[in-house]
Amino acid sequence: MLKIEGLKASVEGKEVLRGIDLEVPAGEVHAIMGPNGSGKSTLGYVLAGREGYEVTAGSVTFRGQDLLAMEPEERAAAGLFLAFQYPVELPGVGNANFLRQALNAVRRARGEPELDAMQFLKLVRGKVKALGMTEEMLKRAVNVGFSGGEKKRNEILQMAILEPAFCILDETDSGLDIDALKIVAEGVNALRSPERGMLVITHYQRLLDHIVPDRVHVLVGGRIVQSGGPELARELEAKGYGELQAAA
Amino acid sequence: MPAATDTLETVRDVTEGGYRWGFETPIEQELIPKGLNEDIIRLISAKKEEPAWLLEWRLKAFRAWCAMEEPRWAAVRYPPIDYQDLHYYAAPKRKAQPKSLDEVDPELLRTYEKLGIPLREQERLAGVAVDAVFDSVSVATTFKEKLAEAGVIFCSFSEAVREHPDLVRRFLGTVVPPSDNFFAALNSAVFSDGSFVYVPKGVRCPMELSTYFRINARNTGQFERTLIVAEEGAYVSYLEGCTAPQRDENQLHAAVVELVALDEATIKYSTVQNWYPGDAEGRGGIYNFVTKRGACRGAKSKISWTQVETGSAITWKYPSCILQGEGSVGEFYSVAITNNRQQADTGTKMIHIGPRTRSTIVSKGISAGEGQNTYRGLVRILPKAQHARNFTQCDSLLIGDRCGAHTVPYIESRNPTARVEHEATTSRIAEDQLFYCRQRGMTEEEAVGLIVNGFAREVLKELPMEFAVEAQKLLAISLEGSVG
Repeated sequence: MLKIEGLKASVEGKEVLRGIDLEVPAGEVHAIMGPNGSGKSTLGYVLAGREGYEVTAGSVTFRGQDLLAMEPEERAAAGLFLAFQYPVELPGVGNANFLRQALNAVRRARGEPELDAMQFLKLVRGKVKALGMTEEMLKRAVNVGFSGGEKKRNEILQMAILEPAFCILDETDSGLDIDALKIVAEGVNALRSPERGMLVITHYQRLLDHIVPDRVHVLVGGRIVQSGGPELARELEAKGYGELQAAA
Repeated sequence: MPAATDTLETVRDVTEGGYRWGFETPIEQELIPKGLNEDIIRLISAKKEEPAWLLEWRLKAFRAWCAMEEPRWAAVRYPPIDYQDLHYYAAPKRKAQPKSLDEVDPELLRTYEKLGIPLREQERLAGVAVDAVFDSVSVATTFKEKLAEAGVIFCSFSEAVREHPDLVRRFLGTVVPPSDNFFAALNSAVFSDGSFVYVPKGVRCPMELSTYFRINARNTGQFERTLIVAEEGAYVSYLEGCTAPQRDENQLHAAVVELVALDEATIKYSTVQNWYPGDAEGRGGIYNFVTKRGACRGAKSKISWTQVETGSAITWKYPSCILQGEGSVGEFYSVAITNNRQQADTGTKMIHIGPRTRSTIVSKGISAGEGQNTYRGLVRILPKAQHARNFTQCDSLLIGDRCGAHTVPYIESRNPTARVEHEATTSRIAEDQLFYCRQRGMTEEEAVGLIVNGFAREVLKELPMEFAVEAQKLLAISLEGSVG
């Protein structure tokens, strides 16, 4: 589903990704772990097409298409979703309004009919409840005045509504207490399916207790230095990244 | 708020593009010769079969205007206007005053339909009465009979002069005197039509009233005049909309609006101004020099101005409130967009005369392209305005790095018990906001439309529901091509 080959990327002239090879087939959840500054978030941004993240080498194929040639909104329409580590505030823009506009943008791209306000509300109500959110949060401005946990839940709500083919979760566990973490993990697990791929970026192993990955990759210094099954996450938790960093 | 959630349409409109109101109606018209002198004024007055007092009033205004200088203090630049090179009256040709819509030229009805303002009975906007002003004359007013049942007078200004001369004479020029300023004097001398509203004591006007101004003729100025009077305890909500054809030359628009609110009366006045703004290089567009002022004469009266200014090459406009009645309230909510080469110098004046008078100012300026946007506002507290209060909030949003936003607040307080607060912010649409929206599937232009609508939300929610959606779309369309 997602195939990354020899990917190198720079930010402000500094090479951050130094040759990444990674393949995530449909139906699998892969975790990217690594210390701060190893390039984890950069990988997410490069895949989503953020400005200022310059690809210098390599290729990314997503569902048979050349992902790197696409605009950010085309990647979203093709089914790529990035749950942000720091969700962005949009003052004055109602959360429900934002969600509906996003959904209809994606539906248009898929050739599906747009939803009107009533249809949308029906769809969103159920999902809000499942994520332990209140309908009041739909009326507030996007992420404005949201607690850390509310922001992350809001990301998962968007994911649940947009039903993307591929989800990248960038440090979705950061800033969450254990209860919020469980709710978010349940939300993510509910979206696991044989048709959907996921890339879970995290610094800590604890998220992976709740979202159990099929594969774990360790990113250090812009390269994947080790890959393995879910047990690799636990090993890292015990040993830390020190050894791998020294080796890289 | 449903209006804020309904941005589906925005998307479609944004992709369609351009100024969609820029067409010209092919219609035979009556134009008087170019130029401005006492004979021209006599001719206009004669065409309208006006009483002698009104002609005298016009001539007095003209003489005052001749001695006045065009104001130069606003932060707008434009080449000198040759006031002798304009037509001061243009009207669609017709045989007689149409008695019903069936007698109105179908071409005119089609024009308003294209503008989304159906005038025919079966297609009218439910709950909204419309006065349609085309160049210098009013072509139709809807729902007149229904309003008359409630005692509300809503008609063209010319008709008011004919049918209700005493009312017109009692209030005309009492809020904006003919010699108030250069453009008000010009308007007083040559004004041709506009709307008149009178809501009697204790009456709550049963529907929204609105006037749709359309400039069509070339090289013609539009000088309309609106007068709204709300007697004791009356309530009225009024909205005006404006569009003009797309042309390479500039056209002058100098209107005067006067509002009078007596004891416990409320007037809510909303504007969606979408005159042709000129092209990306700054060719063409309307010069919009407007004087709008409301007098809260009665105790606990209230006047609320809401404006969405997206059009015009130049906007010079300061809807104001004279808060005379004890405990009267003035409000000013404004969104002004300048894109490409548009320039806007707009704001308000709140003159606190009576005790316990209150005013609120919320101004949202959006600049894109090479647009220049100035908020200019005056809050004046006079010695007798015990415990007067004002709150002012001015926010500016910049898109791109070639535009400008300026805030010029003047505060004069001559009463120590008064409280005046002023807050101002300037921000840009951040790259991370755009990326966030695009990652969710929106194009860059949709994202800008969404963010701008969010920025302007506090003002948009003040608009009557019927127009809020329209205004929202307009904001997005006005900013086309401002990113990327």
